[in-house]
Amino acid sequence: MFNKKGFKLLLIVVLVALTFSAVMTTRAQDSVTVKYVLWDTNQLPAYQACADAFTAANPSIKIEIEQLGWDDYWTAITTGFISGDAPDVFTDHLAKYPEFVVLEQLVDLQPFVERDEVATDIYYPGLADLWTKDGARYGLPKDWDTVAIVYNKALVEAAGIDPATLNDLTWNPEDGGTFEQVIAQLTIDANGNNGLSPDFDKENVVQYGFTPGGMGGGYGQTEWSWLAVANGFTFNNGTWGDEYYYDDPALASTIQWMADLWLEKGYSPNLAEQQGLGRSALFQAGNIGFVVDGSWMIGTYVASDFEVGFARLPAGPNGRKSMFNGLADSIWVGSKHIEESWQWVKFLGSADCQTIVGQSGVVFPAIPDAATLSLQVRADAGVDVSAFVDQANEEGGTFLFPITDWGGEISTIMTETMDSIGLGEADAASALKDANDEVNSLFQ
Amino acid sequence: MQTAESRPFWEWPLKILVTIILIPKKFLDWAMNSEAFLGYLFILPSLIGFIAFFAYPAVRSVYISTLEWNLLTPAKHVGDDNYQFIYHDERFREALKTTVYYVLYNIPLQTLLALMIAVMMDKVHNSSFLRGIFVLPWLLPNVVVALLWLWMMDPSLGIINQALKQVGIGEQGFLGDPDQVIQSLAAINIWRHAGYTSILVFAGLKTIPKGLYEAAAIDGAGEIQKFLRITIPLLRPVLSFVLVTSVIGSFQVFDTIAITTEGGPAGSSRVILYYIYEQVFERRIHMGTASAASVVLFLILFTVTAIQMTFLRAGKSDLAEYS
Repeated sequence: MFNKKGFKLLLIVVLVALTFSAVMTTRAQDSVTVKYVLWDTNQLPAYQACADAFTAANPSIKIEIEQLGWDDYWTAITTGFISGDAPDVFTDHLAKYPEFVVLEQLVDLQPFVERDEVATDIYYPGLADLWTKDGARYGLPKDWDTVAIVYNKALVEAAGIDPATLNDLTWNPEDGGTFEQVIAQLTIDANGNNGLSPDFDKENVVQYGFTPGGMGGGYGQTEWSWLAVANGFTFNNGTWGDEYYYDDPALASTIQWMADLWLEKGYSPNLAEQQGLGRSALFQAGNIGFVVDGSWMIGTYVASDFEVGFARLPAGPNGRKSMFNGLADSIWVGSKHIEESWQWVKFLGSADCQTIVGQSGVVFPAIPDAATLSLQVRADAGVDVSAFVDQANEEGGTFLFPITDWGGEISTIMTETMDSIGLGEADAASALKDANDEVNSLFQ
Repeated sequence: MQTAESRPFWEWPLKILVTIILIPKKFLDWAMNSEAFLGYLFILPSLIGFIAFFAYPAVRSVYISTLEWNLLTPAKHVGDDNYQFIYHDERFREALKTTVYYVLYNIPLQTLLALMIAVMMDKVHNSSFLRGIFVLPWLLPNVVVALLWLWMMDPSLGIINQALKQVGIGEQGFLGDPDQVIQSLAAINIWRHAGYTSILVFAGLKTIPKGLYEAAAIDGAGEIQKFLRITIPLLRPVLSFVLVTSVIGSFQVFDTIAITTEGGPAGSSRVILYYIYEQVFERRIHMGTASAASVVLFLILFTVTAIQMTFLRAGKSDLAEYS
């Protein structure tokens, strides 16, 4: 028989299920996915943790993180701008963002900052201002970096050098100061003579004292900027400037001193050897005394097969100087979810996310307390990375990344020029003069 | 009157209807019997792809080469400014020269090597296993090949220099040395393509009737004579195909360079395609100059190919006269 009661029950169940599923669908439609990209694999876990915390607090916004290697990163972003599928939010670099501003690809965050009363003075002084132009703001700071010496502990001790003395080296472009002496002392030829010995055979070197790990193009952040600026060089006439000073003799003498390390003296592998697999791979092969690298690379160096230490940069005629560079998160102007993207950027720039990043110990977050946390995490693991933080905290210890238009063109011109000096094809003074003319003609 | 009445009112409409119905049938009859039509039908899928992805963009890039355009903000007509720019650009001239050197290092050696391998397979030993090994490098993606060689050729850590040091030759700069970079890149390309090319040549060798060699032997020809007088002339169609395609391919070398040297050191491996890439992706999205350089490359390739086709008489086979 037809069971009337049972039918009614079934009807109710079906109706409830339909209503419920309808509610579910509406909720699914309400949820927005914000696409976020970064280039550093080491930072991916920390930012995934940030994304999880963010989605837990904002269930309707999902964050989809994609990591791309540095070389493909900018090509992918540029292509995305054009094809219309660039990520909503992306990690931005000071060398790249002025160009994006000119091409009108970045959202001005200032109205959002004012609306939500976001404090921009919680960061290291000056970091937030790097991302502003004419009252507009194109990114919220996420981290900062400085450079310092990374040395191979066993090699330094074997040469009879007390690692602590590496913190007090001096340098000048004429005789290289104590910095060059240590480099020479750490360079050993096949007969066991070091670079200071009159019998040193520069054609048969088995261990090198130092290598810049490339010519560094137009900015030389880890290669020469810390030497050149310590020698009195300034990149240009200020942030958003329109004139470069690459023809400054202070730069030419620095670059020539650096190139002569391998062209004349045999203290460093030659440029071809440096450029192959890169500085860290070369250092980790175990026959280089020390290198200079950025704080974002700490994790890579600590993971070497041998013990490494970190020391302060050498002091030049003009003091001890490191480039102070910072990354920020920017929103693409073509994003379909600008409001949700802003919520995410705001969270990335907040103490909540930067604390998570600081706890990972991978980079130094832009907020000082979170950066101290990162330092502590490393110290707990037995690694002293204070050389980077001390540099940042020192009065006049840093100079800013040169922010101007035409970053891509400048890089192309300067990479070629610097390489030709490093290969010994051109002398620094004349090559840099020609390059400077070409760079400055871009601004006319 | 009689005749008019005997025709029903619907006769004309029906006739028209039947005709209309029969048009497709007649068309089909014609189509099924027309070889030309069937032929076009068969290539239609490729033709659509060719027009959409090759012909149209190619024609459009000629138009773009007259613009100053970054794809994001409105374009500006600049006439032949872009061509003037690349004509006076030192880097473009260098790129042309670098590309030509690359082709010259690449093609003769690769073709010769392929010919040798093919003849050896024909005369000495030939198995599908061996042929498999020869095409293996060609089956690998270019990026993988480039990375593999980048590691092996690394001046300080690479295995090749370790071996060279053992035998007393000493360290070479390879991809890091401006005087060796083009040769090194050509070597990578030869390694990747010689095996594949040899299979093509080998297939060509198989089409040469054995009777010709027997006849030549009876007439007293030696091995070298047989090779020069029979093998080479009869291989001409295959060789010209191989030459034409590999010359075009060499002019368009890009991925190996993008992975290994990025045009360096000091611009010594900046070939034309890398120059074009640089204009868009590393400089400020200069679509105009990039397109102008592409058009110039097209004209060069067109001329080179036309010359090759003429001199090699690629369309004709001497075997036609034999059979």
